[in-house]
Amino acid sequence: MQIQLRDPNKIMKLSRLGSFHQSKLSFLRSFLDEFKDWDYKNDLFDLDKNGYGTAVYSFRKKERIYSLVCFANKINDDERSDRVIATKWDAAFTLHDGPPSKKDIERLRNEVPKQEVGRLSYKELTLSRANRSVRVFNYVVDSLSKGSQPDLDILEKVGYLYRTTAVYGSGKFGLADRFRIKNREEINGPFRLEMMLVYLVRQFTFDQVNHVAKNKNPKSAVKLDPKICKKLGIGNSTGLGMAPFIVNHPTLLNNWILSREIALKKIREIKKVNLNEIKIFKKCLKNSIKIISSWNTDSEYQKNKINSLFKNIQKFLKFIEEEFDFEIDFPLNEVYLWVEKNTCEECIEYVVSMMLEPFDNITKPLVNGMSSDEDEYFTIPTNRTVKDLRNIIEKRYPDILKINFEKKENFKNFWFISKNKEEPRYADRFDEEGSELEQPLAIARDVKKLYDQLLVSKNSLTIDKFLIANNDLRHVIRRAFIIEKFPYSEIQDNTIGEKVIPIDMLRLKLSFFGALKFDPRSDKWLRICMFQGAPLPNDLKNFDHHWVYNY
Amino acid sequence: MKSLSEIDTTSKRASRAVGFSWGVAEEIGKNIRLLELFGLEGIKTLNQYYKLRKNQKFENVNLINENNHSEKYPFCPITLGLNFLDQIRGIEKFEKIIFNNVSYPLLILPFLSRSSEVIGKKIKLKFNDIAFLLNLNVNIRSNLSNQSFPEFAKKVEINFLENKDNFSQQEWESLYKLSEETFVDETDSLKQNAAGAGLTDND
Repeated sequence: MQIQLRDPNKIMKLSRLGSFHQSKLSFLRSFLDEFKDWDYKNDLFDLDKNGYGTAVYSFRKKERIYSLVCFANKINDDERSDRVIATKWDAAFTLHDGPPSKKDIERLRNEVPKQEVGRLSYKELTLSRANRSVRVFNYVVDSLSKGSQPDLDILEKVGYLYRTTAVYGSGKFGLADRFRIKNREEINGPFRLEMMLVYLVRQFTFDQVNHVAKNKNPKSAVKLDPKICKKLGIGNSTGLGMAPFIVNHPTLLNNWILSREIALKKIREIKKVNLNEIKIFKKCLKNSIKIISSWNTDSEYQKNKINSLFKNIQKFLKFIEEEFDFEIDFPLNEVYLWVEKNTCEECIEYVVSMMLEPFDNITKPLVNGMSSDEDEYFTIPTNRTVKDLRNIIEKRYPDILKINFEKKENFKNFWFISKNKEEPRYADRFDEEGSELEQPLAIARDVKKLYDQLLVSKNSLTIDKFLIANNDLRHVIRRAFIIEKFPYSEIQDNTIGEKVIPIDMLRLKLSFFGALKFDPRSDKWLRICMFQGAPLPNDLKNFDHHWVYNY
Repeated sequence: MKSLSEIDTTSKRASRAVGFSWGVAEEIGKNIRLLELFGLEGIKTLNQYYKLRKNQKFENVNLINENNHSEKYPFCPITLGLNFLDQIRGIEKFEKIIFNNVSYPLLILPFLSRSSEVIGKKIKLKFNDIAFLLNLNVNIRSNLSNQSFPEFAKKVEINFLENKDNFSQQEWESLYKLSEETFVDETDSLKQNAAGAGLTDND
């Protein structure tokens, strides 16, 4: 049976992308898989009794060493902000290429805590900072120092001791450019080093909390039970900075989505699914219910999505337990078709992620295809014609061409870079000033403008000649030729309309990171949890690959 | 030291700020990155050119011919290079192309280097006493295009150069300041609403 890839015009809608969940293809899971046989070490742990100081953790294999350098600092409660406006954090981190010398550590001590206003070097690969969840951190310290383990119910509501508020890489603030390291086999997957940083930060938070508790009460303090540690992840607070990324990296976006779609297609094409595969699928699905039921948020928007997901998953479970026969031919295709017909978008994508779980043979080879050499597709094929370009747009942007950009509600918002923090922002163009400095992220509007211009141009005109008078549309001409080859490279929605929910864009990216428990704090920023349930570094050599559901 | 990613982004934004479209600015960002990667003075030259653009007019060459003359004003190296790249498949039939009166010719170089990759042919560029051989966007040779490498060398000296910028901090700051003209000054209202910020986060 030949199954078609799902239609990009359906899958690349914001509401669908905003319903994506982590899967076996997620970067934190493929990171753990890649680094499972590396040697982990805590090289330095020089903290004072309050937990302030320096620590270094490393992963090593043969000659290659990656070192996380941590700086924990005292800050006042009123200085603690998750947003990009902050200038101080409880801890700051960088992933250093190789073992850091004393001189490196001194240099980094001056720069890393400053984050965006510090300068890193080509020896540093990623940069981040994090804030304590004060309530949970202090509670855990108190419990441990009294010799007892903290109440898991309290911990699981938050899910972490610290949350990061940005993770930078690829040349930001002087960090190493990607090209310097791109040929290393172990990082041949997106965001590997960002994932490594976050993973090692998680271990630092456990070591720090143990250290502070021990110093508070050296005689009776106990260490946080590793089983509890495993149930904790690292939080992350994410604002709009992530949203433009998926627009600015079209081939990369395509490769992420395409890998997932190819996996789904191949799984739907399996004629007979064996008992073990069915068992894994059902087990992950049933165990995952606790992720949904422990998914806390104050956001009404997300609460409705969670409720709908919960109901739909129950309905689906009932269906596969009571009505469905997995022994039929192409059972997972039938499962998919049922889910698509009978459940909500959030549930459809949830089940798609579950369907990937039993099939390492299908997902693993796809991981390496999730990076992209973007420069390869940058140059516009100017020997093509107006007719070619028009055909591409008609084929690849059918719904976008239907949007009426004369209507105010369809161009109500604009994306800009704030002068104060040099970060992307989103605002109402009719209420706020600055829309003349709009960033080129209104792709739907500009594609429509390009199309209108193509309609009044001669079919046989080549693009080099078309560009002479239309260089203002160059950015979307480039994108149209990219989408011709990369069908999932574009969000098939209007990103500046009145009804846009920017966190849908964030959610898409975070799902590929492997984030859980999306907790929108507004329509523009959210909190998530990463690595909750993941094996600890010392347990990496042999771990359960379905840990996300089984912790 | 500035990373190539920073060089690309700042050049792109500065180019938008001086009036190029975002699509053209993207091309310029990539080009300056390429120049700096090859060890050529991209940031410095772009900076100088943008300063000059404020007070001086430049001619845009649109359709490229074998001989291209600009009597009144020098050619803008960006539009010249861009149209060269765009039209490369049509103009490669010319054996030689002459441009008369071009400002900051170094800025054309990356467009030609990329053109060389598009047509799969090496391209030679000469201005004043300087010659470049652009080799399929893989490397750039300078002033050696007519010479063979000697078979024997009496002395070979190799130096490892520290990673450092090809431009001064002042030159960087000047271009960076220009790039800031694409940013929006945040009012209190934008600060509160545009990023969805919570001001303190103690939980």
